[in-house]
Amino acid sequence: MSNYIKLIVLGLVVIFAAIGSNYARDLAYQVHAILVMLIAGGLFIWTLRNTDEPDILIDRSGEYMDDVIRYGVIATAFWGVVGFLAGTFIAFQLAFPVLNFEWAQGYLNFGRLRPLHTSAVIFAFGGNALIATSFYVVQRTSAARLWGGNLAWFVFWGYQLFIVLAATGYVLGGTQSKEYAEPEWYVDLWLTVVWVAYLAVFLGTIVKRKEPHIYVANWFYLAFIVTVAMLHLVNNMTIPVSIWGSKSVIVWSGVQDAMIQWWYGHNAVGFFLTAGFLGMMYYFIPKQAERPVFSYKLSIIHFWALIFLYIWAGPHHLHYTALPDWASTLGMVFSIVLWMPSWGGMINGLMTLSGAWDKLRTDPVIRMMVISVGFYGMSTFEGPMMSIRAVNSLSHYTDWTIGHVHSGALGWNGMITFGALYFLVPVLWKRERLYSLQMVSWHFWLATIGIVLYAASMWVTGIMEGLMWREVDANGFLVNSFADTVAAKFPMYVVRALGGVLFVAGSLIMCYNLWMTVRRAPVKEASLTVAVPAE
Amino acid sequence: MEEYTLLRQFADSWMLLVLFVFFVGIVIWVFRPGASKEYKDTANIPFRHADAPASQQDQDKATPQEGDKPAESKEARK
Repeated sequence: MSNYIKLIVLGLVVIFAAIGSNYARDLAYQVHAILVMLIAGGLFIWTLRNTDEPDILIDRSGEYMDDVIRYGVIATAFWGVVGFLAGTFIAFQLAFPVLNFEWAQGYLNFGRLRPLHTSAVIFAFGGNALIATSFYVVQRTSAARLWGGNLAWFVFWGYQLFIVLAATGYVLGGTQSKEYAEPEWYVDLWLTVVWVAYLAVFLGTIVKRKEPHIYVANWFYLAFIVTVAMLHLVNNMTIPVSIWGSKSVIVWSGVQDAMIQWWYGHNAVGFFLTAGFLGMMYYFIPKQAERPVFSYKLSIIHFWALIFLYIWAGPHHLHYTALPDWASTLGMVFSIVLWMPSWGGMINGLMTLSGAWDKLRTDPVIRMMVISVGFYGMSTFEGPMMSIRAVNSLSHYTDWTIGHVHSGALGWNGMITFGALYFLVPVLWKRERLYSLQMVSWHFWLATIGIVLYAASMWVTGIMEGLMWREVDANGFLVNSFADTVAAKFPMYVVRALGGVLFVAGSLIMCYNLWMTVRRAPVKEASLTVAVPAE
Repeated sequence: MEEYTLLRQFADSWMLLVLFVFFVGIVIWVFRPGASKEYKDTANIPFRHADAPASQQDQDKATPQEGDKPAESKEARK
């Protein structure tokens, strides 16, 4: 029966998309309409071929739903490489403008590729990592199979469709020009549907948990899912100009719009890139270190303090603007208070290793996780410092900000995700161990040196740029033109791009290693824990 | 009173108080007597049920016992 409803819905989508591709007012919308038409058409045929086939019901309630997580792990590694490559390419574009090819103007120039890079690494790489690990963690810590059956598959594939629509939209010019929230209205609506399904799967699993308590990692994941839903809805309140076009107009105006954008933008960092990844930290570090988290009490205080403080820190993106002074002071104060929970969490993660520090010498995976927590501590120190108004007057609009973002994103989010992938692949594919620990070491060092090159060059160029902009001569005239600062930054741009090359190289080694783990590493003996009754 | 001033006043007073009291309450609650024992068990959740969901038999056997291998590692720290 449900198949008939599916067929009707898919058929209507195909017709609507076909009409849309004809009436489309812009290229991005047209390409998306054709894409949706083809996908919905393919699904229609697939559903049709499976309709009225005898149902084979297999009771899988005795095992975890892991195949969707395996897909998630592959997607994470794939989008990671795509995002890192895009980032490295645009880094070279900045150093060598000739790479903004004449024949690709309007499609592959820096302005079009930059949002592609940010969304690819944050939402495609980070998002897939979060969805896959949250599905893994919530099942293990709830001792229950994922709720909702195939809904988890809908979340996975629906999210991939969101990524493809967003990425192609940027290249073709379909963007609402809001940092981290560039996708246009129909992509936003689609993400909303997927996200509600994600929340349902996650909450449903927690509700039917067999453990009396909800493990702290799930609290962080849940905060991430709920807050991102709220941010997404409020920051994308737009009215489409036409149902056949991608252009839409935001209902907020002026400084309110700016404030909502950075309330969104900062909490995308706070809840997507921090709370969600802290969920990863609270599960995978204890697992890899084989000992429980240092202090569970601290983890609860960490959670509530982070949730209560982060949401107010956004205004520090709008110092010296039309935003009222009280608001930007509020953002600055909360950013600084945020030091406490951030460092509390860092200490909790690091101290989990107390008594097992020797593992750092023998296990490169735990080394990766530890350095990620180290980078977390470093960038959550740097961030509050940069939010202080006086520091911000120097750092804002310079490359310092970009360096800060990357020490957080590459160091904290990237490294903890790599650690989680190295943990997950042998477990999910039932291998005894990773194919090569030496390759993990290579990955570790390449990535670390890459990040150091990146962050250090951006500090130098950022501070230099900030100082050059404010330099005035004896008569009060500006000494440097903008082009002077661009010329002065060239060597640092090259160093930054080389840092990116090292980071990409590391991630390629990881992909090879994970691939060979699946193909070559010895199969794990059937686990005895299943057969032996729990006394 | 205009809407902005009204909301602003509410946010500055009652809402601030509610959030602050809630947070302080959590901190106190975390340090309640007997919490350490309970959290020790909760902190060991990742080391149970790694391969398969809890079966019905486990369920009938009342709530989880002191975990299998995690307990040792916790002891090892002390």
